[in-house]
Amino acid sequence: MAAIELQNVYKIFGRRNKEALKMVQAGVSKADVLAKTGCVVALDDVNLSIGASQISVIMGLSGSGKSTLVRHINRLIEPTSGKILYNGEDIMQLTPSGLRKFRMHHSSMVFQSFGLFPHRTVLQNASYGHIVRGTKKAEAEAIGKKWIDAVGLKGYENKYPSELSGGMKQRVGLARALAADTDIILMDEAFSALDPLIRAEMQDQLIDLQRNLAKTIVFITHDLDEALRIGSKISILKDGQVVQTGLPDDILRNPANDYVARFVERRVHIPAQAGVSK
Amino acid sequence: MFPKSLEFSISQPINDFVAFLIESYGETFRAISNFILSGLLQIEWVLRALPWWGTILIFMAVAYLCVRNYKLPLLVGGLLMLAGMLGLWDLTMQTLALMLMATLISCLVGIPTGVLVAKVRVMRNILIPMLDIMQTMPSFVYLIPAIMLFGLGKVPAVLATIIYGVPPLIRLTSLGIRQVDQEVVEAALAFGSSSRQILFGVELPLAVPTILAGLNQTIMMSLSMVVVSSMIGARGLGQQVLEGIQTLDVGKGLEAGVGIVILAVVLDRITQGLGQSQRRD
Repeated sequence: MAAIELQNVYKIFGRRNKEALKMVQAGVSKADVLAKTGCVVALDDVNLSIGASQISVIMGLSGSGKSTLVRHINRLIEPTSGKILYNGEDIMQLTPSGLRKFRMHHSSMVFQSFGLFPHRTVLQNASYGHIVRGTKKAEAEAIGKKWIDAVGLKGYENKYPSELSGGMKQRVGLARALAADTDIILMDEAFSALDPLIRAEMQDQLIDLQRNLAKTIVFITHDLDEALRIGSKISILKDGQVVQTGLPDDILRNPANDYVARFVERRVHIPAQAGVSK
Repeated sequence: MFPKSLEFSISQPINDFVAFLIESYGETFRAISNFILSGLLQIEWVLRALPWWGTILIFMAVAYLCVRNYKLPLLVGGLLMLAGMLGLWDLTMQTLALMLMATLISCLVGIPTGVLVAKVRVMRNILIPMLDIMQTMPSFVYLIPAIMLFGLGKVPAVLATIIYGVPPLIRLTSLGIRQVDQEVVEAALAFGSSSRQILFGVELPLAVPTILAGLNQTIMMSLSMVVVSSMIGARGLGQQVLEGIQTLDVGKGLEAGVGIVILAVVLDRITQGLGQSQRRD
């Protein structure tokens, strides 16, 4: 069952975005739209359904619109046109307070550069989701503490983010998202700022946690290996368009076009290419 | 010769406008005036009621709380002691009361305005040029409307001091808020915070060091208004400098000047210390 569905989502940055939208829909190329209106087309007719209780990976290079895309799901960025459905309900119709409630109870987020509150302790950071919705402090902190333990940061509750290493900071980010107890977790390049070893460790931890929690996770990455490792389903984004969606195996075996094929080849042939000279 | 026919004067319309203000809003100005005066008198009363050593001890304690070492409190205590020994105690306390009142109102006006400037683009476009004008206009010019609206004495002195001193606080409050890491604000939003929760729970706390730097600037600029504001009847150290100039009593003028410097150093170091103790990476 699809928990989140994006239907014909367009996002165009710039003042004359309505005009640009019409041009894009009429099939004008992005370069021409930029030249004529000064608008940047970030998402171009994105249709995506994201399954409940699994990790869906959206993969693309920088500039492909993946971070913009994930921010549409909790409406940190508003689409220029299109529908965003959560369990069949159009979240574009939510009032400001309805949107706040949706964010509080249904979606949390993990950020590439962590987005921790530097003036709050690890514990206060982790319990933030509950503090915002007005849970009593003691109760909120008990929940925060439970998740700090779960991500392996026991004993660091009263440290400030500046006292932690990158990997630890992102564990706090993860604990904060998990503690908020939402069914959706959006992860925007959550592990990209970490070094390879810590990164692999965090991926394992995420897979482990997911086994028990069955959250709907939308994971953004530019790294195919990471995508294949943790994703149940992978969508590949290029220039604001979804070029292929499928199981990891599908992507590897039947790349939809040259762009995807190049990604896959690089990965599959790296060991084979060793020693081959041109 | 510049042709007479092209000349025009803005002095008459401005005079008319000030006259109109006084006629229509006299009550309002009187209320503001009374509010400022009573605040000022209360601060003065407290400073005078305290024994001199009590005041010095309080300053030393505040300095200690701000920096958590013994060097600054000793410096502060020594400097205030020196001011007293130069026979400037009462004058220093009068000037200090005026400073405190002006700073208090500057905060009440400056910080909310700074937030507004940071949040509302239109406000930024209107207020930033106004702040530029406020800071470049010779400080004497402020005395004129202040006197017209509030007469002579302490109240117009406080007001002129505020107008001259508040721009850096507004600027740095706005800067501090806009400097807050966008991803941190996004994180707060993503968890469903309201704009009020973001302002008071995230943006303002993270802007505190910058706001304190602005406060420090405001106090320093206010102190530089001390002599000017004594020309419209504010008593204190400024008045003595003025008397020194008028009677060619160089020594007396310089003595009071030393008093102003002492006050400046004390307030500057304390607010700077406070700003640095708030800084956390």
